[in-house]
Amino acid sequence: MSAIFKHELRSYFHTLTAWLFAAFLLCFVGIGAMMYNIQAAVSNFEYVLSFGCLVFVVIVPILTMRVLAEERRQRTDQLLYSLPVSTVEVVLGKYASLIVLYLVPLAIIAVYPLVFARFGEVYLPTSYGSIFAFFLLGAALLAVGMFISSLTENQGLAAGVGIAAVLFNYYSVSLSEYVSTSAMGGVIALIALCCVLGLILKLLTGSGSLGYWVGLALSTACVALYILAPESIEGLLPGIMSTLSLFERFYVFVNGVFDLEAVVFYLSVIGFFLFLTVQSLEKRRYN
Amino acid sequence: MLQVEHLTKRYGAVTAVDDLSFEIAGAGVYGFLGPNGAGKSTTMNIMTGCLSATAGTVKISGYDIYESPREAKRRVGYLPEQPPLYLGETPLEYLRFVGEAKGVRGSELKRQIDAVVDETGIGDMENRRISALSKGYRQRVGIAQALLGEPDTVILDEPTVGLDPIQILEIRALIASLGKSRTVLISSHILSEVQTMCSKILIISHGKLVAFDAPDALESRLASPGEISVTAETDAASAKALIAGVPGVSGVAVVSDTPERSHLTVTAGTGEIYELSRGIFEAFARGGHALSELGVKKASLEDIFLELTEAEPAGGKEVKTA
Repeated sequence: MSAIFKHELRSYFHTLTAWLFAAFLLCFVGIGAMMYNIQAAVSNFEYVLSFGCLVFVVIVPILTMRVLAEERRQRTDQLLYSLPVSTVEVVLGKYASLIVLYLVPLAIIAVYPLVFARFGEVYLPTSYGSIFAFFLLGAALLAVGMFISSLTENQGLAAGVGIAAVLFNYYSVSLSEYVSTSAMGGVIALIALCCVLGLILKLLTGSGSLGYWVGLALSTACVALYILAPESIEGLLPGIMSTLSLFERFYVFVNGVFDLEAVVFYLSVIGFFLFLTVQSLEKRRYN
Repeated sequence: MLQVEHLTKRYGAVTAVDDLSFEIAGAGVYGFLGPNGAGKSTTMNIMTGCLSATAGTVKISGYDIYESPREAKRRVGYLPEQPPLYLGETPLEYLRFVGEAKGVRGSELKRQIDAVVDETGIGDMENRRISALSKGYRQRVGIAQALLGEPDTVILDEPTVGLDPIQILEIRALIASLGKSRTVLISSHILSEVQTMCSKILIISHGKLVAFDAPDALESRLASPGEISVTAETDAASAKALIAGVPGVSGVAVVSDTPERSHLTVTAGTGEIYELSRGIFEAFARGGHALSELGVKKASLEDIFLELTEAEPAGGKEVKTA
């Protein structure tokens, strides 16, 4: 695993990717710090992060798009499969290098609250709690991005899907206020989710019929639920959208609450998507 | 040592590899021959753990590639059809990564990299970016990568495809030198290449092993016994009568016939073909007719290859020896 990790890290710093990622993140957070902390003279650094998290829409896909898609395009994935290294180690090594890359600009950002504390009263626990949550939020999004990259050999497609996924996640709470709370809306959303699940299953297992049948079975179950107990799915869609939002849980930290449940949620998301990435790579060995 | 037992790979309804079994051991270059789409690359991918098998086992130096993949993969070096190179790196950086991933560290890694760089002759290029290297050198870097970790078995998938004639000769010489100390398995669909380089040849067709023997043995054992072309200064009927009296003839066909000269083709039976040509010569000498041409045509490896690989999958002729 350490060989993969070192190799990845070296290749990031050899190319523009690492520098571009760090520059974007620091620039965005820097602008935020200037606006909130310097011009508006607010002492809360967490507001800067809350503003800055929009930058993930751009930088996460930039960083993750090539992770696995490029291996597949250059056919170096065959090398990885034939090396005495397990797929889990490949995925963990690659993910660890992404995390280290992400920690570098974050370490610089972590100095800001200390700098501001010299000129006024900064409540450091909230600042650092938020930086910690900011790290987890980014780490979770990186895991999602890596999974998306594992699905295709086209970097552009991986980036596009990545941007769409992060953007949708970013706006999902605001969007959830506009979507229907009726049972009808709920069931339609559930069916859409079932279809997406079926599609992921099809991509992962390579077996079309399994994906279709699971999607169909779940959709039928949703329709049955709608007919038998419509009240149980009222308001379900906005509920799902805000529950699945990674960003929403970050704002809790910004408000000064250290939410352990959110930490567990982020770690679960990371674990889940790393697992999916491993499955996605393993699957290619089977067809 | 490489043991393949009852290996089968199906893609839906298509069977790419069909109950393939063979064992190769000891130093030498082994050829894996078959027409395009015969299942060579699929088999090689399975043997190196890049692909799963539907059924069957692959053992490398006694380690099963699925049950103990780490141990098995340590003992095999693999160069896929398209060399898996990181184009932005230099050969040295690339080899360092592959070596580390194979679990070689520190001064041992440095020693091994020096050794494979030397062996594959990429010393002049070791600090250039791989993207700037020619195809022949990229192939060498790919081979160098396969040699790291000092595997007993090296598998090279079509190592000379796409190279120019000089590069082909260089790579062939390199492979021949590799075979002196290791088991090297190369795949190819070019017969002459395998014939010159390999001590033993495996021929597969439609995913099945149809022959496994040394090139010379294949020629003598599997060859249809060959033909003798005879041109005699007499008419076809009397020539035919003379030839019919020679033991070991299985058939005679008349190609051309004039009263003063006839041309016939004699199909040999199972005996030695030169014995037969001598018999024909003596028969004509006794009969008092001059022979103006007596040509022996032995079946070439090319013929055997065509014969073996063009057979229908179901009714395919199967000859299996170890």
